[in-house]
Order: sequence, then C-alpha cells, then structure tokens
Amino acid sequence: MADTPIDRLARATPPSLARRARGLSDRAIAWVFVTPTILLLLAINIFPLIWTVRLSFTNFAANKPNAEVKWVGLRNYTRILTDPDIWQTMQATAHFLFWTLLFQVVIGFSLAWLINRKFRGNDLLTTLIVLPMMLSPAVVGNFWTFLYEPQIGLFNYAVEFFTGIPASSFSMLSSVTLAPWSIVIVDTWMWTPFVMLICLAGLRSIPDYIYEAAEVDRASKWRQFWTMTVPMVLPFLMLAVLFRGIENFKMFDLVVQLTGGGPGSTTLLTSIELKREAFEKWRTGYSSAYAIILFVTVFGLASIYVKALNKVKER
Amino acid sequence: MSAWSVTEPSARSKGIAAVLVVLYTVITLVPLLWIIATGFKTGPDSISYPPKIIFPPSLEGYVNLFTDRTRATPEQLAAMPPPENFVDEIVQRRGEVITQPSKFGARFMNSVIIGFGSTFLSIFLGTLAAYAFSRFRVPLKDDLLFFILSTRMMPPIAVAIPIFLMFRQLGLSDTHLGMILLYTGVNISLAVWLLKGFIDEIPREYEEAALIDGYTRLQAFRKVVLPQAATGIASTAIFCLIFAWNEYAFAFLLTSGTAQTAPPFIPTIFGVGGKDWPAVAAGATLFLLPVMIFTILLRKHLLRGITFGAVRK
Repeated sequence: MADTPIDRLARATPPSLARRARGLSDRAIAWVFVTPTILLLLAINIFPLIWTVRLSFTNFAANKPNAEVKWVGLRNYTRILTDPDIWQTMQATAHFLFWTLLFQVVIGFSLAWLINRKFRGNDLLTTLIVLPMMLSPAVVGNFWTFLYEPQIGLFNYAVEFFTGIPASSFSMLSSVTLAPWSIVIVDTWMWTPFVMLICLAGLRSIPDYIYEAAEVDRASKWRQFWTMTVPMVLPFLMLAVLFRGIENFKMFDLVVQLTGGGPGSTTLLTSIELKREAFEKWRTGYSSAYAIILFVTVFGLASIYVKALNKVKER
Repeated sequence: MSAWSVTEPSARSKGIAAVLVVLYTVITLVPLLWIIATGFKTGPDSISYPPKIIFPPSLEGYVNLFTDRTRATPEQLAAMPPPENFVDEIVQRRGEVITQPSKFGARFMNSVIIGFGSTFLSIFLGTLAAYAFSRFRVPLKDDLLFFILSTRMMPPIAVAIPIFLMFRQLGLSDTHLGMILLYTGVNISLAVWLLKGFIDEIPREYEEAALIDGYTRLQAFRKVVLPQAATGIASTAIFCLIFAWNEYAFAFLLTSGTAQTAPPFIPTIFGVGGKDWPAVAAGATLFLLPVMIFTILLRKHLLRGITFGAVRK
C-alpha cells in the first residue's frame, strides 16, 4: 500500500472533521432548518393555548396582576354554559354565519360560472372583483359606516334612488332589525370573491372531454349542469364554505368597526363578546374558558365537516 | 380537430355573461372608488346630500390627515403672516392653525416596519423549514396542514389574552419586535405550507446532480433550489405582507402608541368638530392603494396564497 503524505493526512483527520468538510449531514440540516420554526410555533401558538387552558380554571384578572389567584375548578365553564346571554350571542353569530355563507355561495358560484364562459377580458374583471377581499377589513369597515349614514350616506341614497324609500327614514347600523343585515351585506361584498375564486378553480379542473362525451350522448345542457358541473365543483365549494365558516365564526375586525356589537346585542358576535369580557371587564379567567369553549366548538364542527367533505371527494 | 367545439360557449351566452360580470364589478367597486373620491372632497362636499359625484377636487383631506389643528381666534388669524404654501392656505381659510404634525406618518411607518419585518422573518424561517419538510423525513410533517387549520380556528382575541400577559412579562408590549414576532408566528405555518408546495414541484434530480458535482447540501440548497423557488417565495412573501398589513385585532389589543399600526389608527381620526371623513378617506386611500396596485400587478401569483394553497395554478 502506497503511503503518500496525502494518505497519511487523510487517515489522521478525525471522522467528525472530515464530515464537516463535506458539509453538514442531511439529518443535521433537517434539524437546523426546522427547529427555529418549531420554537416560534411553540412560543406563539402552543404555549398561549396551554396558558389559556390553565387560566380558564382560575379567577385571574389581568388588570390586577398582584391579586391572589384562586383555583375555581369548572365554575367558569358552568357559568358560561348556563348564561342565557351566551345563547343570544350564539344566535347572532349563527344568523351572521348562515346568511353570509348562503349569499357568498350563491353569488360566488354564479360569478365563477359566468366568468368561466371565457369571454374577452374575464381575466381583468376577475382581478377587479377580487380587490375588496385584499383590503384591510378594519379600514374598509370603518368607511362603510360613512356609506350607511342615514342623512348623507351613499348606501341610503342608492336605496332611495332605486326603491323610493326615503334615505333619512332608516339607519342600517342603529336599527335593531337592520343592523344584523348591515354586517351581512358588507361581509358578502368583501368575501364573495373568495368563494368565486375557489369555484372558478373547480370549474377549470373539469376536463372538456366530459362535456364532449355528454354532447355525443345528447344530454341536455340543464342535465349536464346538474349531473356533471355541480358534483364536480362541490368539493371545492365545500372547501370554500369551510374556510369562510371558520373565518366568520371568529369575525372581529369588520363588525367591531361597523356596529361594535350593537344596537343592544343584536350584532354581538362571539369574538366581540369575548373582547368585552377579556379587555373591558377584565375577567381573564372567565374569558379564557369562553375562548376554550369556542375553540372546541369550531374544532368539533370543522372535524365533522371535513369528514363529510372527504366523503364527497371519494364519490 | 375542427374549429367548432361543443365546449366553447356560444357568442350570445358569452355576451350575456360579460354584461352581468361587468355589472357586478362596477357595483362592487363603488365603495372603493367612493373612498378615493371622498379623500379629495372638502368637508362640506363630503356630507352634502344627494352625494356629490362631480366636485372640485381639494387636498383638504390630505392636509388634515397629516396635521393636528386647532381653531384660531379672529385676532390670531389677523396677526398671522399671509400663507406661504397651499397647506397654510387651506388651513387658514377655515380659521384654523396647525399645532403639530399628526401621528399618521408614524403609524404608517409602523405598518411598514412591522409588515416588512415579519414578512422577512416568516420567509426566512419558512423557506428553511419548507425545504426540510419537502426533502427530508421530519416528524410532524403530516400534521402540518392540520396544524395550520387548527391555529386558525382560535379567534384572535382568545390568543391575545395569553399573548398580552406574556408580552407584558417580557417587556414586548407595544414594541415593534413583539408585533413582528407575533405576526411571524401567525403567518409561518401557512407560509411553510405554501412554500413546501412550491419546493415539492422542483425536481429532486437538479439537486442530486449538483451533489454529484461536489456541492454540499447547503450549496445545492442555495444555488439550485432557491433560484428555482424564487417565484413561489415572492408570492408567499406578498401574502404574508398583506396579512400583516391588514391585521387589526392583535394590533388593536396589543399596541397603543409607539408600535401602533395604521388599521387601528385610521378609524380614530377626528377633525376639530367630529368625524373628519375626507381625512379618514385620505388615510384609507394611502393605506389601501399599495395593496390594490399589488393585487392588480401580481394577480397571477396571489391566487394560491389567498386560497390557502387550494388553487394550484
């Protein structure tokens, strides 16, 4: 065996150093790359969640950090679930969820279906339609209060212009019957494009040859629509409803700017109620329990929904 | 292939569709156009009824947005030197004097600092993690999407309670660093998910070829994968930036002064006597316009981000 100086040097190099010369091992790279992200997620997402669970069993108040903290067991939870006001809040949330989802699905799907006619300029129009959902809901929501002004607002003027109902005779934001609809209108205006985009992706995923085959079989357009288009877009539509449902269940910025939960508690969505309990009444323990209940509710509903979604996909 | 296709809609159905979509687009854009228009109205023009569509443009709203003013007595006004520029002229015409520049400029800068800071951090950490998730066996990999979904089920207010306590303990309340870390934490799971999708699409063979040529893993990552993923990284960055730019709930609850961003500030703009809508609209225009322009210019790359990766193309 030749024993050149280079060979001797190679043998003398410790294996760890040799590996470093070749660069980090794949395993080491994987850990170095993933660890900072995991740490951040632990600090900002997991740790606060655990802390919230802990707080929910106490009577802690964040504005009195030096007061004695007592362990109260499940009292916060039982108090919330037996409080009739909570059900009012849930009702307001349900009204908001149901109508926004319905309008957004109907309008969003129709728009997607129309845009899929592939007329000239559909690309530019799609972009313009998407604009509202890209903007800050708080800033836009704040401006909508101006549009809803009974004396001077553009919305009331448009209603008068088209229906003849005097603009100063109604106030969208301070009427008990109209306020729940005022937030539905703005949310629908803002988020219909989201449902439209996902439906459009669904429509574009249907291959042309399926329609060609149906045409050969002389299926009517109506039949094609209901037996082919709708079932094939349904998984996409359900996904859009899932995302919008979760987002609207925790809706805060838009509605807090529009109505702030009022008049009375007609638009008091769960998130706004939570903010009042946590940051105005400073009942930190109580509102932590409330947060956990909301989280479990959404989590449960979403899990059931995802199961249904998977069934539809398999079909 | 014949030129005629059964799947191509007829000219008439295309025409009807186009008319309906144009109609919807016009209606949906009215509130946004109204924001821009109101920013250029004078106070009286903005609240006249019926609403004015045609009006003499004025910079009053913008002047009010950037200044704090107070009413001046007639004697004070008479003693004042003649206006030197259009700002003084607008203010003096209404019998007011400028006391100091308003906070809007600082709030806007906070939005810029926190927005870009958190986007940079999300993309830096997110790209590394996404690469590892895409190419190596890493625990938690399959739980990633589930994790993103579940962190998004928590209302921001619920997360804000412990974050509020944590930040107070660590001295991060109302600081740029605190908000940057917070927004990064909120954005990163989705950023990793989107970036992993983009990196998955880059063929492994490219890197393997580089490794055979004597590159180390890190060199292959830097010189082969990163340039290939550039478009995906850019579109994820825009998505993160828009989220941080628009975020309201955390900013509203966790910042009050030095680190307050524009969204909680703009709704609090008041004039000398009540709500000053032209100034609010001017602030909203300056704040929303960059996003509108971004959306129009980069429409092709945004879809995947705003649909949480559901739309691939």
